[in-house]
Amino acid sequence: MSLLTREQERIRWRSRRGLLEMDIILNRFLEQHLTHLTEGEIKSFDALLRLPDNDLLDLAMARKEPEDVGLAALLEKIRKS
Amino acid sequence: MALPRQIFDTVIVGGGGSGLRAALQLAEAGHRVAVFSKVFPTRSHTVAAQGGIGASLGNMQEDHWLWHMYDTIKGSDYLGDQDAIEFMCRKAAEVVYELEHFGMPFDRNADGTIYQRPFGGHTQNFGERAVHRACAAADRTGHAMLHTLYQRNIRARSQFFVEWMALDLIRDYEGAVVGIVALEMETGQVVVFQAKSVILATGGAGRIYHSSTNAFINTGDGLGMAARAGIPLEDMEFWQFHPTGVAGAGVLITEGVRGEGGILINSNGERFMERYAPTMKDLASRDVVSRAIDQEIKEGRGVGPEKDHVLLKLDHLGSETINKRLPGIREIALKFANVDPSREPIPVVPTCHYQMGGIPTNYYGQVVAPRGSNHSEVVPGLYAIGECACVSVHGANRLGTNSLLDLLVFGKSAGDHIVEWLKTNPQHRDLPADCEDLPLSRLARLDSATSGESVSEVGRDMRRTVQHYAGVFRTGTLLREGVAKIREVAERVGRVAIQDKSQVFNTARIEALELENLIIVAEATLTSAEARTESRGAQSREDFKERDDKNWLKHSLWYLEGGRMDYKPVNLDPLTVESFEPKVRVY
Repeated sequence: MSLLTREQERIRWRSRRGLLEMDIILNRFLEQHLTHLTEGEIKSFDALLRLPDNDLLDLAMARKEPEDVGLAALLEKIRKS
Repeated sequence: MALPRQIFDTVIVGGGGSGLRAALQLAEAGHRVAVFSKVFPTRSHTVAAQGGIGASLGNMQEDHWLWHMYDTIKGSDYLGDQDAIEFMCRKAAEVVYELEHFGMPFDRNADGTIYQRPFGGHTQNFGERAVHRACAAADRTGHAMLHTLYQRNIRARSQFFVEWMALDLIRDYEGAVVGIVALEMETGQVVVFQAKSVILATGGAGRIYHSSTNAFINTGDGLGMAARAGIPLEDMEFWQFHPTGVAGAGVLITEGVRGEGGILINSNGERFMERYAPTMKDLASRDVVSRAIDQEIKEGRGVGPEKDHVLLKLDHLGSETINKRLPGIREIALKFANVDPSREPIPVVPTCHYQMGGIPTNYYGQVVAPRGSNHSEVVPGLYAIGECACVSVHGANRLGTNSLLDLLVFGKSAGDHIVEWLKTNPQHRDLPADCEDLPLSRLARLDSATSGESVSEVGRDMRRTVQHYAGVFRTGTLLREGVAKIREVAERVGRVAIQDKSQVFNTARIEALELENLIIVAEATLTSAEARTESRGAQSREDFKERDDKNWLKHSLWYLEGGRMDYKPVNLDPLTVESFEPKVRVY
């Protein structure tokens, strides 16, 4: 495995959450997508990571839809991972 | 090499419920407080607590702290210290009302009082009937508590060091704790923090198990720090399990699934609970079901390539019933087990949930350890609170809703004690000359190791070993083998290597440091479990099925040095009331 960039490392660490469910969901997403996220996707991902764990879990489990529609595309990738 | 230094009155390691509660008490008293957290504080694992906070407010029907105390002692299977339990139950109403005052959005009754829900093990009049004692904020009690306490701390000007990892305690030549050494993840900078007192509030270490409900951050960092500083770990054999977590993931499948008719089957397709509990079958109590599942696995009737789980079958209920009566179960099964429960069974395994043991303390939160003839001598300057501490209010088993209560009561109590203690000890003590050596040598080893096993490989073997040998079903043979195996893993931990040598945001290095803490907890768990030849609370030994008060009404103490065991008596003397003598525990 090649080494990650510092930006990728930062994202990986911030995906450590208080809820196990989110750890698992985000970990799976990062395993598939971390090394080829676009700049825009990184921005969206950062915005999602700023949400409280429970709200983020509701979005990831598709119990709710995001208020910011700009996040929908990346969220769909997370849901499918 | 001289590291940069910063000075505070109190350093708190951990930004979850107990750390935030203690910080608030100190900051509001005008102290300079630094809170260290690996993640943003409101993303601490306290966020996962749903059940509520136990307190005998008596808002729904008559209740009394003495009844709560009785329930807690009985729940602990008489291993809880009765002074600490009385202290906690008497303080419960006060800390709940304080939290209400801080703005916690509790559920309410029509008359405006806090609504209280019933919870297993909580009773009126010493076990007569169930009582409504849990104060909750919908199913987000922990979340609401963290946000309430965090806001209040900002107001009180507690200083937060976010994305910092504490590495080691600093003890001076007299044994007093005078600070910590910590690592800032973003820069890789290592800094000495000198303090008049240090509070460890790092939560549980449930990640030692392969199947755990704990978030990935729960790596027992405070326990590792304490053990490396020569402080014993207490009652580490006692871990609470839930019978049905999704195998390989740890996410819980509610007991309601079996309540609605879901059944457990082994690799032969047999409904094995009929053998273990002919009347209650799959609805037997949590510990009976957990033990039965683990015994099926140990006896080779597990499912899957590793034969390491059983199946929870509910397809016979039909998808309509599943969707109507068990909302959310289908999505959880799909997401975390990749199965549709209306067609296929869900793979499940007993899953570690809560750590009853920890760093030994008294009810002021002061860390205590044996010295000479005193089995509980105070370690000056050091406190521990919350799941990382063993005060001990949970004894051999924790009652639901007592963990959030524990955070509030002992977080506040430690804060109060430090405020008083600093009145007579206002000076910083000198740092010892060698205070940087231990953490720097640990980092240097990781930075210089060019070849060795990976953290993920050794970590996986540790989790598998603990799961297999220190699960729910325990025997002397299994545990003896387990102690030997975990020592082998511990040696491998000392030789792991990381590829990434960067100083900046090096998560591989953080994970290696976490593994060094986890393996200490794993060794303590297996060694303590092997030594305790009785069944009590969460420790169930197939070869010693009964509780043995004559020989084992005592707390285990495990030392990192030589992996040696020591013991101290359970405190059966409450503060003001009469002792609750050990009785056979029947529910």
